Amino acid sequence: MDFAFLLECFKRLLAGVPLTLGLSLFSCAIGLVLASAICAMRLSKKVWLDYPARGFVSIFRGTPLLVQLFVIYYGLGQFSWLRGSFAWTYLREAYWCVLAALALNTAAYTSEILRGGINSVQHGQIESALSVGLRKDQIWRCVILPQAWRQMLPAYGNEIILQIKSTSLASIVTLMEVTGIAAKLVSQSYRPIEVFVCAGALYLLFNFVVTRAVTLMESRLTRGMRR
Amino acid sequence: MQLKSLMLSAVLFSSVCASFANADDSQVIRIATEGAYAPWNFVKPGGQLDGFEIELARDLCDRMKAKCEISAHDWDGLIPSLNGGQIDAIMAGMSITPKRQEVIGFSRTYAAPLNGFLVLANSSLAKLPGDAKSIDLDKDETGAEALINQMAPLLKGKVIGVQGSTTASAFAEKYLSKVVEVREYKTVDAHNMDLMSGRIDAVLANAVVLKLATQDPSLKGTNMAGPIFSGGVFGPGIGIGLRKSDTALKAKFDEAITAAVKDGTVKKLSEKWLKFDVTPLE
Repeated sequence: MDFAFLLECFKRLLAGVPLTLGLSLFSCAIGLVLASAICAMRLSKKVWLDYPARGFVSIFRGTPLLVQLFVIYYGLGQFSWLRGSFAWTYLREAYWCVLAALALNTAAYTSEILRGGINSVQHGQIESALSVGLRKDQIWRCVILPQAWRQMLPAYGNEIILQIKSTSLASIVTLMEVTGIAAKLVSQSYRPIEVFVCAGALYLLFNFVVTRAVTLMESRLTRGMRR
Repeated sequence: MQLKSLMLSAVLFSSVCASFANADDSQVIRIATEGAYAPWNFVKPGGQLDGFEIELARDLCDRMKAKCEISAHDWDGLIPSLNGGQIDAIMAGMSITPKRQEVIGFSRTYAAPLNGFLVLANSSLAKLPGDAKSIDLDKDETGAEALINQMAPLLKGKVIGVQGSTTASAFAEKYLSKVVEVREYKTVDAHNMDLMSGRIDAVLANAVVLKLATQDPSLKGTNMAGPIFSGGVFGPGIGIGLRKSDTALKAKFDEAITAAVKDGTVKKLSEKWLKFDVTPLE
């Protein structure tokens, strides 16, 4: 193990960290907003909202993220009418294509996590809330969401970790994040083991921080409830 | 009890047979190629590999009286697979460069490296100076640099795509990165698609590959522009990648290639596939 080379690796890979973290953060944020909307559509009992939401979730959960990325990046670029429209200023740049693919993908998974969390709140709680005269928005804010959030936190923590790792696909469409820089380093130095161990260690570090944050939040939310 | 001894003898018998099978494996040369670099190497619609290098490989193996297995691999994985022992030779349009020679060995060259630009015919870059002029960076580096300076005003603010880990990307980094933005792609097809959609303004790659690409209906409206570079960072030519320790195999390949060059096989195959003669001059 050449430690001087490992250190050099780390320094070169750090240049990709802002892009990796930026993509993960923004795609998670946009995904969460989208997921809430889709979850609302799924939970509304209206068929004309429910079924499109089901279709969206089915498509984006059922196809690989790489395929979705290729469709958005290369596939959309094939339509000349799209290239002439205002959307092309964004779709032309790889960053927005990757962000869109990541956000749509995580929205599908997260909407199911949200729906599972909300459905797990005992119906008796909602009935008692109604019987003491709480308004609908108060029931959501004070009864359903806190309990649903507590229930879905482990699964959502999983989703955040998966997002951080999914950003590594961005290098396939020319974005130089950590994995892209690592691949370039390997092609220059021909030492795949050291370089990829370095890159892996960086991802491990990010995921460790996320895991600790989620565990901390979990323990605070379940204060007094732990057996 | 009988079943157990029957199974035991079956296992022993098959392992003995397997050890005999191994005795022939040392004669098989596993050649790896990319399969995404038409007309040098590509995958036919039926799924089989074909191209200039595939036919040349079969010819060389016949001359060496060895059995060859040709398979397709990811470009970035070729050298690691070679050093890891999963393959024995690389024939994938890989140029001989000092950087690569630090980690692998090469046979003698079997084709000269010619690289050029591909642009959209209706873009401003179609008027790049140096129309198809051949520039050897070894013999005329100052002339090349002067030509690049002439190209600079046209290239300013544009984006050029190259395949990663290639001599084209090394050239782009050395001479063009101060003038244009250079984007690296995993394959030649990927950067050609982005040229068509307008994400990049030009592509730098092997001139033969690009010339064939202009005839592809999905790349309608593209044209080669600017000079054709060789030598310098592009190296002395395309060779077969081999492990450094495999000196016996290198000697066999060298002999076969020299024979193929001498009797005109390389010229014939290159005119058939590459539409011009890339026989190296030595």
